[in-house]
Amino acid sequence: MKERLKQAPPKIPDEAKLSWKKGHGDHPLDRYLKEGRIPHIWCPGCGIGIAFTAFIKALEKAEFDQDKTVVVSGIGCSGRAAGYLNLDTYHTTHGRAIPFATGLKLAKPELKTVVFSGDGDLFAIGGNHIIHAARRNVDMTVICINNFNYGMTGGQGGPTTPVEARTTTTPYGCAEHPFNLIYLAKAAGAAYVARWTALHTHELRDSIVEAMSKTGFSFVEVITPCPTGYARRNRLGTGLEIMRFYKENSYITDILEPEDTALLFKGKIAVGKFVDIEKPTFMEMYREYIVQQAENSG
Amino acid sequence: MKSNTVITGTHFITGDDACAEGGIAAGCTFFAGYPITPATEVAERMSKRLPQVGGVYVQMEDELASMAAVIGASSAGARAMTSTSGPGFSLMMENIGLAVMLEVPCVIVNIMRGGPSTGLPTLVGQQDVMQARWGSHGDYEIIALSPSSPQESFELTVDAFNLADIYRVPVIILSDEIIGHMTEKVTISETEKIKIVHRKNPACGPENFVPFFPDEDGVPPMALAGDGYHVHATGLTHDEHGYPVITADAQERLVQRLVNKIRKNEEKIVRTEEYYLDDAEVIIISYGCSARTSLDVVETAHGKGMKVGFLRLITIWPFPETKIRGLASRKNVKAFVVAEINHGQVVYEVERCAAGEAETVLAGFMGGRIFEPDELYKVVQEIAN
Repeated sequence: MKERLKQAPPKIPDEAKLSWKKGHGDHPLDRYLKEGRIPHIWCPGCGIGIAFTAFIKALEKAEFDQDKTVVVSGIGCSGRAAGYLNLDTYHTTHGRAIPFATGLKLAKPELKTVVFSGDGDLFAIGGNHIIHAARRNVDMTVICINNFNYGMTGGQGGPTTPVEARTTTTPYGCAEHPFNLIYLAKAAGAAYVARWTALHTHELRDSIVEAMSKTGFSFVEVITPCPTGYARRNRLGTGLEIMRFYKENSYITDILEPEDTALLFKGKIAVGKFVDIEKPTFMEMYREYIVQQAENSG
Repeated sequence: MKSNTVITGTHFITGDDACAEGGIAAGCTFFAGYPITPATEVAERMSKRLPQVGGVYVQMEDELASMAAVIGASSAGARAMTSTSGPGFSLMMENIGLAVMLEVPCVIVNIMRGGPSTGLPTLVGQQDVMQARWGSHGDYEIIALSPSSPQESFELTVDAFNLADIYRVPVIILSDEIIGHMTEKVTISETEKIKIVHRKNPACGPENFVPFFPDEDGVPPMALAGDGYHVHATGLTHDEHGYPVITADAQERLVQRLVNKIRKNEEKIVRTEEYYLDDAEVIIISYGCSARTSLDVVETAHGKGMKVGFLRLITIWPFPETKIRGLASRKNVKAFVVAEINHGQVVYEVERCAAGEAETVLAGFMGGRIFEPDELYKVVQEIAN
């Protein structure tokens, strides 16, 4: 690596410099952002930026090695987070961030692997992958932005849309039962499960630190406002008004069973840590059981 | 354990097993897959072999996940592969497109069976040739190799890993049920005699590295996850920095390069095998298991004094265009007979390359069995007369 540093940089023709802008701001967290990538694409009042900030504050607080932390995302508004981070980041196909991250982690176990994506990406098109990654207990952290709809495509209903809620594809109100992500993650075998809202910035940051420090499959759900999509069609108000709603209607609990944390339309929001257990990871099992056996038989 | 890495020596194994051993010999350390007939044996052998050689085998929940995991592992620097057949190959198309766009080297073994849909799980077909080339949406080029024996299954799998790394592209082994389940002698040479070519590393440090800026061959050096380069890779159309740019200009630059890095290197990539072409008037073109029967027909015809030659395609994609155009322009060449187990796939490429200079005839068989030499001989005889 050091020898490479001494070599001259390649000459980049001007036409190759399509989108790259020189210069950084002077915000203390700027070192976690890719140079020239801000402003981001998220709408005013959107909660993804808050969750994104909580994530980089977690990196800062726990001093996670930027060279060894990898973020993988799927498709959607939340999926764009990967592109702003000054880390190795992969913006993959819709729903496939978790299996992509599984490959990264198993091929290079020293990488701290984080999936940052949305509820539709992770639980509809990617639903099969999250339950199997949790079952295998692959050592990774999944941060799921839950805004109850598909924001990128203009606000369609999805696997977390509450009954009654209106979206562009549930114009008469949603008549499907939504997933309770906390209960699902626990049932699938996650070692750590927590839920916070975009209002709980400090708790969220600390929870992400805890999740990333956890050896095993950790899952953090972040309830966020989508003023442009979900909130507008349900007359929930601006981003600020939704934050006020979170303040009045969320409650921190450590006694509720995950099955009792379902989110109803305009209902109370149980937040906190719901699962924190120890169990061997995929790689621990692989090394201690399979490789041992293979060596004995080889 | 090191002695187990490459099983140097002579073995009596199937084409499927030979693909797995080819992967091991090429230094594959990651396999993600899903069971499917007639490719399951590749996964089974890898599940046994990889833990012996310090690699990781993981059985994923489906082929979508298998392909995604393979790309993830390769992004972290592992030589990674998967294996499948028709229905699973269809599912892999999504992320084969991602591998093309992210320029992540990987190897996909497709042991072709009869389709469409569930089709003939246990019986042969060669119906995925066009899917290998065009199956994922959008414009791209890919490399596909077609073995005609277990020995070649071993050798081409090694080559596939090298080509994938050289061109940063998914490479598909287009084998078939007959070759995959055929047991033959496979000779594996000493480790040091197996040619391994790795992907290019960045020539400069992270400060000056532009991750998708290509060298003269059209292929950018690859920085791996965890190496400190902080690379962003996206399936969106992107610029040389890897950042999404949703414009016609960026699309033109990127897709042109993705296509050209294969097309312009056609002559370096393409391999064929020739029999009796010098004075041939009719040339049989075939590949995979069909090539074995074709060779028998050519020998019979030649024995009877007929001017019949044979071109076996080892590389199917990029298509051996220059080779076939050259043959079509020869005065003595009157016709090509393309023998394949499908309704006509490679025949369309041959017809395109022949460009009217030679007649192109399909000897197509529907699958479920390999055709008898007599069946192909009749077609050849008719054309020759």
